[in-house]
Amino acid sequence: MEVPILRQGQYLIASIQSALTDADLSHLREALIAQVGRSRCRGVIVDVTALDVMDSFAVRTLRDITHMARLRGAETVIVGIQPDVAFAMVQLGLTLKGVATVLDLEEGLAFLDGRTKERTLEVKPRRPSGRG
Amino acid sequence: MADTKKSTSVTTRPAEGPGGLSESSAGLLRELVAHLRQNRTQLREEWARRITRAELLTAMTEEEIFAEATAVYDNYVEALETGTFEALQAYSRRLSERIIPRGVETDEVVGIVLLLRDVLARSLFNKYQDNVEKLNRILDSYEPAANRIANTVAVGFVEERERIIRQQQEAIRELSTPVLQVRERLLILPIIGVIDPQRARQLTEQLLRAIRANRAKVVVIDVTGVAAMDSGVANHLVQTVEASRLLGATVIVTGLSPEIAQTLVTIGVDLSEMATVGDLQGGIEEAERLLADRAPPALQLRELPPETNR
Repeated sequence: MEVPILRQGQYLIASIQSALTDADLSHLREALIAQVGRSRCRGVIVDVTALDVMDSFAVRTLRDITHMARLRGAETVIVGIQPDVAFAMVQLGLTLKGVATVLDLEEGLAFLDGRTKERTLEVKPRRPSGRG
Repeated sequence: MADTKKSTSVTTRPAEGPGGLSESSAGLLRELVAHLRQNRTQLREEWARRITRAELLTAMTEEEIFAEATAVYDNYVEALETGTFEALQAYSRRLSERIIPRGVETDEVVGIVLLLRDVLARSLFNKYQDNVEKLNRILDSYEPAANRIANTVAVGFVEERERIIRQQQEAIRELSTPVLQVRERLLILPIIGVIDPQRARQLTEQLLRAIRANRAKVVVIDVTGVAAMDSGVANHLVQTVEASRLLGATVIVTGLSPEIAQTLVTIGVDLSEMATVGDLQGGIEEAERLLADRAPPALQLRELPPETNR
């Protein structure tokens, strides 16, 4: 099952629609990391709203995507983890440490706007950023 | 249907029964019931007097005791006569519903039923004291029925009590976990009382659902009202904090008492990941500060000096 990767302004949005096999997840990771460089985007959103199970491989893949995307110059945020899934994850010890998570897509976009603005300020403090 | 009717008539109408032992014991029971009907007024009064003397049912007035005593007496005799306990069961349930809110205890209810049993037995002794052999046979048929009646009433009472307790537990459980929205995107979860694993789980579920429903960014969990915390509960708290973060909400824990702070550090629960503030007021102030930064709170992604935040 292919995960569609959409481009929205400076960000890439990968919206997972159904349960994925490990191979699908690896494929998603490769596709995302490749696209980050190709489209010079600043942020990645992975939407997992449709997932009602999150296993250790999925969690590891999400963490890897975050770290790899950061090396390629983009911030990643995971959005839409369901309450039940979140509780099950912490009980299994899968806490996605070091990975940003927010409630939904809207929050994710706001989060990335904030992050990229901060980073612009941090790296080039004197140049005003082009975005709001 | 026809069978039950027949077996009932065997115990109550010996002339129609197949005869033998059951006929004579049913006859005795009938004689017994007739005796109890005849002496209704006197035995009833005797019973009510003994209840008062034994200082049972102190929550009720004498008239009330007498009225209930009459009703119980009639139901008692009827149960003896018919050998069926449904009516008595229903009555004892209604009685329990009436008297439990007035503070009548289990021992009182058992006490009065046993008193009635004694009163009736004694009247039988008096009646048949010249004929010991008949007395024995009468008692043989009276005692099992009387014991069963006592049992029915006591069990009915206890069941009613348990039903009330269950109901109250349910109500308390629902009341005990309010998730309150203080302002846009800020929730407060005050925890009061003992946290057992079941309640802890329920708290977490409610909180996570509320975070989603209110789109909360910051949650203040106030544990001022929690007297003690063991490692299980503390770990659950840590899990709740982490699960909330997965939903994009920052959790601030406030009001950890000195005792709990000492316990947690002594037993070595790792709370380093948890943001804690001394009291609820401080927690809310901290939460508003986090919310005031329209940029998302520092999520350990990258350390930024605070001045760069606009």
